[in-house]
Amino acid sequence: MNFIAHLFARYQLSHMLILALLLIVVLPLSMDIFRLNLIGKYLTYAFVAIGLVLCWGYGGILSLGQGVFFGLGGYCMAMFLKLEASSPENTAIQTTPGIPDFMDWNQLTELPWFWEPFHSFGFTLLAIILVPAFFAFVVTVAMFKRRVGGVYFAIITQAVAAILTILIIGQQGYTGGVNGITDLRTLHGWDIRTDEAKYILYFVCVALLFVCLFIGKYVINSKLGRLLVAMREREDRVRFSGYDVSAFKIFIFCLASVFSAIGGAMFTLQIGFMSPTFVGIVPSIEMVIFCAVGGRLSLLGAVYGALLVNAAKTSFSESFPELWLFAMGALFIGVVMAFPNGLAGVWTTYIEPRLPARLRSPVPPSTIPAVAVTTTAETSSTPSANPTVEHRHAGN
Amino acid sequence: MFADYTMTELTSIFAMQGFAGLTLFSVFVLMALGLAIIFGQMGVINMAHGEFMILGAYTTYLTSNVFSSYLPESLYSLYFFVALILAFLAAGALGAFIEWAMIRHLYKRPLDTLLATWGLSLIMQQLYRTIFGPREVGVTLPDWLMGSIALTDMVEIPINGLFVMAITLVVAVGVGLTMQKSRLGKQTRAVVQNRPMASAVGINTARVDRLTFALGCGIAGIAGAAFTMIGSTGPTSGQLYIVDTFLVVVFGGASSLVGTIASAFTISQAQSTMEFFLSGSMAKVLTLLVVVGILMLRPQGLFSLKIRK
Amino acid sequence: MISKSRNYDSTRGTRRTLLRRMLAIPAALALAHVSLPALADSANSTGLAVTDSTVTVGILHSITGTMAISETGSVQAEKLAIDQINAMGGVLGRQIVYTQEDGASDWPTFAEKAKKLLVRDKVAAVFGCWTSASRKAVLPVFEQYNGMLYYPTFYEGLEQSPNVIYTGQEATQQILEGLDWADDAKDAKKYFLLGSDYIWPRTSNKIARKHIESVLGDKVVGEEYYPLGHTQFNSVINKIKLKKPDVVFISVVGGSNVAFYKQLKAAGIDMTKEKPLFLTISVTEDEILGIGGENIDGIYASMKYFQSLPNANNEAFVKAFKAKYGDDIVIGDVTQAAYLGPWLWKAAVEKAGSFDIDKVRAASPDIELTTAPEGYVRIHDNHHLWSKTRIGHAQLDGQYKVVYESSELIEPNPFPEGY
Repeated sequence: MNFIAHLFARYQLSHMLILALLLIVVLPLSMDIFRLNLIGKYLTYAFVAIGLVLCWGYGGILSLGQGVFFGLGGYCMAMFLKLEASSPENTAIQTTPGIPDFMDWNQLTELPWFWEPFHSFGFTLLAIILVPAFFAFVVTVAMFKRRVGGVYFAIITQAVAAILTILIIGQQGYTGGVNGITDLRTLHGWDIRTDEAKYILYFVCVALLFVCLFIGKYVINSKLGRLLVAMREREDRVRFSGYDVSAFKIFIFCLASVFSAIGGAMFTLQIGFMSPTFVGIVPSIEMVIFCAVGGRLSLLGAVYGALLVNAAKTSFSESFPELWLFAMGALFIGVVMAFPNGLAGVWTTYIEPRLPARLRSPVPPSTIPAVAVTTTAETSSTPSANPTVEHRHAGN
Repeated sequence: MFADYTMTELTSIFAMQGFAGLTLFSVFVLMALGLAIIFGQMGVINMAHGEFMILGAYTTYLTSNVFSSYLPESLYSLYFFVALILAFLAAGALGAFIEWAMIRHLYKRPLDTLLATWGLSLIMQQLYRTIFGPREVGVTLPDWLMGSIALTDMVEIPINGLFVMAITLVVAVGVGLTMQKSRLGKQTRAVVQNRPMASAVGINTARVDRLTFALGCGIAGIAGAAFTMIGSTGPTSGQLYIVDTFLVVVFGGASSLVGTIASAFTISQAQSTMEFFLSGSMAKVLTLLVVVGILMLRPQGLFSLKIRK
Repeated sequence: MISKSRNYDSTRGTRRTLLRRMLAIPAALALAHVSLPALADSANSTGLAVTDSTVTVGILHSITGTMAISETGSVQAEKLAIDQINAMGGVLGRQIVYTQEDGASDWPTFAEKAKKLLVRDKVAAVFGCWTSASRKAVLPVFEQYNGMLYYPTFYEGLEQSPNVIYTGQEATQQILEGLDWADDAKDAKKYFLLGSDYIWPRTSNKIARKHIESVLGDKVVGEEYYPLGHTQFNSVINKIKLKKPDVVFISVVGGSNVAFYKQLKAAGIDMTKEKPLFLTISVTEDEILGIGGENIDGIYASMKYFQSLPNANNEAFVKAFKAKYGDDIVIGDVTQAAYLGPWLWKAAVEKAGSFDIDKVRAASPDIELTTAPEGYVRIHDNHHLWSKTRIGHAQLDGQYKVVYESSELIEPNPFPEGY
């Protein structure tokens, strides 16, 4: 019993259970498949938001290019599905049957070499994990070794997103260009467009989300999680204590990007296409907002954030199509200025203290900071180092 | 690939291409200076920088309309100068307001300014759309800004290109002088270097912050006014510039205005040279890749302020 | 745990029901579809949103984001057509009601909203989309849920869906006539192709290059693409100066247009001298509004519709459009094509005597519209329109003057052989 209670506390299982109840029971029962499919889509963004909680909330590394990894995962899955949809029988009217339609439009006469392995589902699944992880490693290894962080890192990830978008759009013979990879139909002969398939995919998505949540919780509760917080607050002190700071940062960033990629792959499966719009800067920043609204220090908050912001976006844009940008903009500003810890912060500060004691969750040590002082992990080259900032306005 | 052309043709093309690079350089400097002041001096990331630029562009559009409807035609040729000033004032005033309402609460959280200003940019875009309509507006230029000076048969120098360069020069020198010589500039630098000490010797740091932010936004406004000559004016036009602008600033070493100018020069020349030999898309990708690559190896950018930490 | 078991008895019944419901979800869904309050008369046997007095259609365009610039005209035209049809008594005695959704210039959003319109709102037809990417995104949705989309933009072809009526021109209709005209009337021999970097310009230029090289026997001296949203064109202008083509064939879109023509003008190229001649397939009167008439004066455009077309249909259309949206409004090719959508749909519904998608589809081929602003159009078996192609000459006031018109209606050919 003690062990179970310990687990409950350690993983905030009661909160997890509530979320599970909501996602597995309440929503599927109260919604038709159209709305549920939308929820499934929102949940794919929640994968990214969870990753951001780890690398931004805990690690202090703000990435404005998470869409890149979402896109990589989504494209890997889309390439597999597209190959299956482009069987020689389906594409008989093309000049070259058996290759995806957009390649035919662009006068390609054979499948490019890097498409070949995606005939295999096993390879595709591996690629969804490994390609983004490798890419994340390449992007970050040089930077973290050289102690690039904070704002600089954010802007560079933004540039990476821009580069990849231009590349994907420009190389349309190989990537489908601005249209993306569309018209995906079956997975090993199983039609993913039917309602039953959408139900199943939704539950797969929820299951994977919980896997990621547990991994995230595990990381936060481990020594690594505490080191991340320590690094976020005072990177140099951790370094002086003999830790290789960059290795931890690289790891957490790669983990976050793998989460994003899983989300992207689930997006492709549920929605039936992948588009370069996700790789760009705008969706990448939106995903940061999902995380911020939910609470950058709360994994569960990130899921709620992704759900709520997207639901608001959908209903706002349905009811007031010409006004929803105002609402979105106001939400961004409001959350950042008034509730820096997002919904989770509102919960722990205002709601939970009023609950009867036994319903409260024990506060894990790593979430103690009441105000999120993020990003103090500035580079050594930035003149406005943290101590100076701390004291600003002190003299007024 | 040059075999088909004569020597004179080649010379003129290189001359023109050099000029194209210079125009791009001026555009980059104009875009980046405002951001560099705000980012470099204050550590604040203004994602709405593009929208402040477009505010300048819309101000120019309105000025042009007022001049053509209410004022004698002889004055019309001068409207652009008025527009430049108004654009500076409008963007600067809005900047000061935003600093007061929003930014000053977020100085302790630099990354959060990024998110909040992104929200601001959404609101501003939708405001423009509501006020000016979703279509682009055409800004009519006075006649003297149109056309070109023909140096030889092949080499023609666009007048508005020259004008953009002139504005850039004036703005850059103005900013340089302000930062080096004026009271505000000295105070700003003092605050950047040591805020508590600056505050202790009686500098009103809050006021300095507000003026610096307003100055940066005002310069964005001027840039927007200037860009009506070479680009489009629509609710979302500002987004076209934002990534390039950030890269220029970071590449230059965020805290150095000279660095910003040097980096604008490097990037613009690289891009316009590559554009001539490669396709437009690939040139852009390669330029960005090289810049990101260099930043990974030399994160402090081209120039960095050396202060003891 | 205790609190849970305490409530167990009282919730047992519900739980079992829940369980059963969960297992039966797909079945329940199928039931829900059937049991919708469908008017099972012949005008509507599939449960569309049709009542005795109204019929609901969808309008799906971007009214926010970068594409709002282009798509606004289409929304206005579609609303105007719907108003006019309603004023004439509606369709099969029902007034048209529209549900408008915002695609927000984002292709996944288009897919989501298309699905919402078809699945939730049960609209009888959707007028919408602008970019090829948005159409490609919604296409599987329309095919899966059997909807009907009226798509207004000129586009690259290579598509023919039973669920789409393409009211704009496909690439060969728009391009070949223009190139023939340049070769014939302007004696052009050397061509320079320039476009934004995405599928429509690339496909258009592919067709153009084939036609120039193998049919006209002329030469392509350059082909260039710039990223969407690119704003610096001085390098390509220099290339044009160096290559000295007779014709620059342009498919640059969006905000890039403004930058391109302003910089062209500033670089000392006088477009009215026609050396080289500039022939665009992407700049309608809508775009000129942003570019400014004085910056584009003298170029030619190859399209099916110009606001200045001199015929009675068009004069009435322009008048009605201005009465609704103000005198300063301009009408471009796509706006007119969007205006055709509701009218073509109305004609098909009335021919079919039903709103049912399948019947409307079956009735669609050979529907003709003699009241079209562009003159006369007819739906081909391949769901594209027979239409004429015109060459417009841009004037200082931002309007095109029609200088050439194809003698015959041009057959749409979305899958051109040999191109």
